[in-house]
Amino acid sequence: MHIAIASGKGGTGKTTLSVNLAAHLSRSGFPVTLVDCDVEEPNAHLFFQPQWAWTRTAHAPVPAVDSSRCIGETCRICVTECRFKALIWMGEIMEFPELCHGCGLCMEACPAGAITESTRVIGTVQMGTVQMDAVRAESISPQNSHTADTPALRLLTGSLRVGEAMSPPLIRELFGQLEQLDQLDMGVHAGQAERIRVSVPRRNEEIVLRDCPPGTSCPVITSMDGADYTILVTEPTPFGLHDLQLAVETLRTLKQPFGVVINRSGMGDNRVDEWLAAQAIPVLARIPHSQQAATVCAEGQLLINALPQMRDAYAALWERLHQIVTQGRNTTEAETTGEAASAKASALSTTIHGVKTNARPDTETDTKAARHAAALQSASEAHHA
Amino acid sequence: MRELLVISGKGGTGKTSITAGLAATGPAKVVADCDVDAADLHLIALPQAQGVVPGTTQAHPFHSGQRAVLDPDQCTQCGICHEKCHFNAITEDIRLRPEYCEGCGMCAYVCPAGAIRMQERLCGQWFRSETRFGTMIHAALGIAEENSGKLVTTVRTVSGDTAREQGLDVILTDGPPGIGCPVIASLTNTRMALLVSEPTRSALHDLQRIVELTRHFRVPAALLLNKADIHPALADEMRAWCAENNLPVAGEFGWTEDFTQAQLLGLAVTEYRPDAWKPRFEQLWETLLARM
Ligand code: SF4
Ligand code: SF4
Repeated sequence: MHIAIASGKGGTGKTTLSVNLAAHLSRSGFPVTLVDCDVEEPNAHLFFQPQWAWTRTAHAPVPAVDSSRCIGETCRICVTECRFKALIWMGEIMEFPELCHGCGLCMEACPAGAITESTRVIGTVQMGTVQMDAVRAESISPQNSHTADTPALRLLTGSLRVGEAMSPPLIRELFGQLEQLDQLDMGVHAGQAERIRVSVPRRNEEIVLRDCPPGTSCPVITSMDGADYTILVTEPTPFGLHDLQLAVETLRTLKQPFGVVINRSGMGDNRVDEWLAAQAIPVLARIPHSQQAATVCAEGQLLINALPQMRDAYAALWERLHQIVTQGRNTTEAETTGEAASAKASALSTTIHGVKTNARPDTETDTKAARHAAALQSASEAHHA
Repeated sequence: MRELLVISGKGGTGKTSITAGLAATGPAKVVADCDVDAADLHLIALPQAQGVVPGTTQAHPFHSGQRAVLDPDQCTQCGICHEKCHFNAITEDIRLRPEYCEGCGMCAYVCPAGAIRMQERLCGQWFRSETRFGTMIHAALGIAEENSGKLVTTVRTVSGDTAREQGLDVILTDGPPGIGCPVIASLTNTRMALLVSEPTRSALHDLQRIVELTRHFRVPAALLLNKADIHPALADEMRAWCAENNLPVAGEFGWTEDFTQAQLLGLAVTEYRPDAWKPRFEQLWETLLARM
């Protein structure tokens, strides 16, 4: 099961939520892989002391033009076809790798077969494991407890080369690496993998948490692609609400189910709550605002280790989330098993997708830009009234 | 033109609140919001009943790049486009997923039935607004749209033109998060970058990457250490790191409720509590302008 953790705005606590939820799930006996998709500013590893199993350079495809085979000025098809001006003609074909999107069109189009795929380095991918200490075993529910070892948590992190503009290829590379990892082979020493295999209860399915970058454009879209559920993290402030609205629109555009966690609950006002209620979007948890929590996070410590109330908050969050996601699955099954269940199914999907089925806006007109303009309009009207 | 860009790496450090404070103080200027993905500055600069004059926000469409459009009547379901698209933007049953389309034109090129054509793409809008801080140029990238870097460039070009028209010499820009394409578009040839950070492990890590980026593009940078008192030991570590790495510290602010309270009211912190904050922001401007 893939769960994405995202938000329209940076700094709402996505990474805090990701690392604490990952730790909680790992302690509860789930095999967990945390994928840090915020390759521009990867931070998840700061909260753990992962044992790095390997580091690999990540590459993006770029064309390599063999000038001896190139037909020359009379052809220049690659130059004409490339929409990103990554190839230009200057007496010969010149390549601008930083502009290349790696679409492969030039290779496809070249009639002389003069263009082959080469690569350039865009960053690194690292895989590590974190052995969650068993000291906090009291937080583990009895049916999942394993006395000696708690399972290891896998951490897959990408780091964009500084100066590199495009992060989506690196995010795709993370998912590619993830696929290659055998579910139970933790990628470390055989012995340790063996131990882990024993300690992980098989009935628990693997959970992949994706810590997404902020925003609503390509890096986020790439990170959320295909997730079974998305947790949107926000805070109760005007900026928080505005950015949450953008994130919600993004999820609706992608037609993916989601719910919201209100972080630093109590720091601002009620506008986020009111808006979510009006939109019938499920609130998965409210994590209270506290100075203590801020200090723990500042140090790069896990909240669920330091603060008992946080341990409870994360346990409750997971319970709620798990309930919603399982419901969603039943819904999907019901939908495929025919007419009889379909009424129930659609009733369920109303709650799961929140507004997706009942209060879905007209996506064509309710674009972010249109709403932005409408907000400005209403602001000026309010002033005039 | 003296352009001051405010950035922070990941966000949550108070970047936009600081930009609002700078917007409300200092020299006459044009204000630009280059966080086109999730712009927030207009929530302060153009809140309800705060000096918005109707008709002074002009919206302009922003077109950039192309997008594939499929004509199902001509499509023979051969599947070549699905196979060739490098971005997973065409499903196996030949449906376009526009959010994933990179606009490269591969599918249109390979389609033997001519069922796909490339169309100009509306990626968002940019705005020119008259605010109590001066003219503001801002933008909204469409949901799941590409080309944020080019929209940033548009905002910067228009800001520059506006400043010239108005005979102004200073542009204040709220920057995007991260170190990728929109940040790079904001940073190139900017006079100075103000890096807003806070004493946390994550923020220190982000700061190191963003400093590397400013050096890569040869843009002088200075740090504003926000919430400096939330973790004194880490704050010391940050100051030491700055000293070691020749990053000047332009100012330090302590943690305060004032930023959130001001935001709730749609005000810059210097408007919310002028006695406490105006002098500090004027001082910050002085320090920065001396370096610009
Ligand atoms: S792969 Fe695509 S973007 Fe890169 S040079 Fe070739 S045509 Fe241009
Ligand atoms: S234009 Fe390129 S990215 Fe878009 S669907 Fe066609 S092949 Fe894929």
